Amino acid sequence: MSSKTILQKLAVLADAAKYDASCASSGTVKRDSLGSKGIGSTEGMGICHSYAPDGRCISLLKILLTNFCVYDCRFCINRASSNVERARFSPHEVVALTLDFYKRNYIEGLFLSSGIIRSEDYTMEQLVEVARILREEHRFQGYIHLKTIAGADPALVALAGLYADRLSTNVELPTEAGLESFAPEKKPATIRKTMASVRVGAEDAMEAAKGRLIGKAEPPRFAPAGQSTQMIVGADAARDDDILAAADNLYSGYHLRRVYYSAYSPIPDASSALPPVRPPLMREHRLYQADWLLRFYGFARNEIMEGASGGMLDLAIDPKLAWALMKRDIFPVDINRAPRELLLRVPGLGTRAVDRIVAVRRTGALRLGDLAKLTASVKKVLPFIVTPDWRPGRLTDSADLRARFAPPAEQLALAL
Amino acid sequence: MREVVLERPGDFAEWRAVARALLAGGVAPEDVSWRGAEEGASLFGHEMPSAEGGAVTLPRELLAMADRVICHRGAEVPARLYRLVWRAARERQLLARTTDADVDWLRKTDKAIRRDIHKMHAFVRFRRLGEGEGRERFAAWFEPDHRILRLTAPFFQRRFYGMDWAIVTPDARAIWENEELSYGPGGTRGEVPDSDVVEDQWRTYYGAIFNPARVKIDAMRAEMPKKYWHNLPEAQDIAPLLAGAGARVERMRAAAVSAANPRTEKWRTRVPDELALDEDVKTLGDLAKAVGRCTRCPLYCNATQAVVGEGPAAARIMVVGEQPGDQEDLQGRPFVGPAGQVLDEALDEAGLDRRRLFLTNAVKHFKYEPRGKRRLHQNPTAGEIDICRWWLDKERALVQPDLIVTLGASALRGVTGKSASIKSMRGQVHELAGGTKLVATIHPSFLLRLPDRERAAEERAAFVADLAWARKLAA
Repeated sequence: MSSKTILQKLAVLADAAKYDASCASSGTVKRDSLGSKGIGSTEGMGICHSYAPDGRCISLLKILLTNFCVYDCRFCINRASSNVERARFSPHEVVALTLDFYKRNYIEGLFLSSGIIRSEDYTMEQLVEVARILREEHRFQGYIHLKTIAGADPALVALAGLYADRLSTNVELPTEAGLESFAPEKKPATIRKTMASVRVGAEDAMEAAKGRLIGKAEPPRFAPAGQSTQMIVGADAARDDDILAAADNLYSGYHLRRVYYSAYSPIPDASSALPPVRPPLMREHRLYQADWLLRFYGFARNEIMEGASGGMLDLAIDPKLAWALMKRDIFPVDINRAPRELLLRVPGLGTRAVDRIVAVRRTGALRLGDLAKLTASVKKVLPFIVTPDWRPGRLTDSADLRARFAPPAEQLALAL
Repeated sequence: MREVVLERPGDFAEWRAVARALLAGGVAPEDVSWRGAEEGASLFGHEMPSAEGGAVTLPRELLAMADRVICHRGAEVPARLYRLVWRAARERQLLARTTDADVDWLRKTDKAIRRDIHKMHAFVRFRRLGEGEGRERFAAWFEPDHRILRLTAPFFQRRFYGMDWAIVTPDARAIWENEELSYGPGGTRGEVPDSDVVEDQWRTYYGAIFNPARVKIDAMRAEMPKKYWHNLPEAQDIAPLLAGAGARVERMRAAAVSAANPRTEKWRTRVPDELALDEDVKTLGDLAKAVGRCTRCPLYCNATQAVVGEGPAAARIMVVGEQPGDQEDLQGRPFVGPAGQVLDEALDEAGLDRRRLFLTNAVKHFKYEPRGKRRLHQNPTAGEIDICRWWLDKERALVQPDLIVTLGASALRGVTGKSASIKSMRGQVHELAGGTKLVATIHPSFLLRLPDRERAAEERAAFVADLAWARKLAA
């Protein structure tokens, strides 16, 4: 095999990693380099050090250790049968790149994944080794996100959890049938087992922390930024309902911090089984909105689906508005009296606006003008609320309410 | 009208000293005119009222915000902050009134400063100067919107303790050298090197991580406004990447599907573990493997794993529960959750050694309803129990216990194939085909659900009695 330069490897192995949507560096414990006298810190809030022209944040050095892979998942650019160029970093090369980038303030840390080489265990060992060198030999205090290889020995997962801030295992496709036909070597049960071992690891660490004697050193933390996963949207026949059902199960079963939804986008040297289409970005966006409704707005999945049709979310309007239009008997609600749970259901009011409303209305009745200071989308809120100086009248029930919010129909095909 | 001149714009200590004196002197905000030093010092600039009078206490949050907001370049900032302080000393809960015009201004200005700080944390780019005394040295040029260097330097100190660095801005500079932080005067871009060897790698990374199929320029520019671009080495690649994106996508679309990589077969050397056919299950070990790929009912879709029985194959007593719960599903072992704990304690009291029993469930997969971060147990249907009986029967055939204890109605159905109430079956020994004895009792999770303490204690005693009786029957 011809040896590639670092630049050539970087080009191949970053290109191969870009289909993983996650780049988050938030939600971990606070650490800094004052005590270690090395480099690195994490401050709770993540930092996006750059943005690519695809609008995605660049927070971490997101690369694969290698894109050689024994699996043949059809949606993946690195599948065994693909003719894509291959490369492999040594653990030390990844460590050097991470530190060089970090010292120049390009990144918050490393997100390391890999194709499956030799075996799941061997691959996982290699990933853990990179994290170990960074943490132990270089006292690196920055953020580390490691991919947990489904099927790897739980002992390796446990070790990964000691070095990494976050672990993730990608589900990729939400249904058993989808995975079976698109990713023959990936077993959903194996993925779930690996996620379960991460949750068990985290819970064990928490128990150990509770039981420790006062004055004893703090026991090591286990992946303090939790675990996440990704599902590809639009590669197979799964409906939004299937995707959200899978997400709901994963959140409840494995306490995932995040589920990422990634619109399937065409890859070079694609498998013939895949749609050569434009990535369904709006569908991806609506799924994220629905996911937020599940986690922060008290919606159950079946409620969200009331605003959908045929198991698919409305692409023209957001899922909360779609739900509200089906539930007009609840509206309008009185901004000054409605409980928090109900305010959260008003289209156009986010969690932060709701918190502010609840805090401010204690000091006096809110009028329409005040609302403008608390939320950016007063126009959207109007049909659904009542204030001392505003009543929507028949607006709430008007037949063309959806048309007020949906974007006008567009010519479908446009030249680039 | 009193005139105040601030010598050091953005300096919180100076503003605070002046404001404190004015406040103590009872000088109303409309009677003060604030100026920066560059606007021409007034003769009366330093005639301050004496700082006597009672101490004024202000909300901590207001002072924290004022510390940041004073860095804002707006000419009105010192005066406006003074008005807020003046009002806060007189009006209780002023800051909670977010719809008040002054408070609204404060929060928005503070937000602008915090955004400026955040962007500086993000977009400073260090360039390597070299190495001295074992420490690498770096420098960066940055142009923040406001005078925020003193608010951002501690962040870089926490992050880059182990290297020396300097950040030069037009207003001031921060230097971290030999583990000491100092500030100095503003500088120019020319003081910082105009390149770094690693920038080629960084630009290669930037180009490779960009997905040409999902161009979203507005999203990028909202978070990384153009004003920062000239100090970001990667920004020079934005235009060429965008220009080439369409063609790259078109090429992917137009490319004919190529033949599979000939090396594929070489890489794919692994043969998936061939499990025995279900019918070939000869040992409990075989059974554990075979049940793992059971798809007889849809419960396998959402559960983590099938949980099979645990215990010696020669066990004389088999205890059958309903189905794995949340913890059992995660750990792959029966009776390790809260109900398992109740069972363990009851077994102990009844004089039964868990290690000598075979513990299993009527249904091998966890059935649940997701509810936020929790999975709520759902009873299996009679149909699901009957389908899963295939596995329970295998376990019974392999263990051949003398006595089976069923816990709850689902277990009873799993063992007998018929639905019956616990009440009607409890307290008698039933004989199963082949001579195995059956004792029916409640499921320990029933005890966890009883709100009434007295009743729970009674039921628990009856449960322990059932188990003790089973022990005698099997002896």
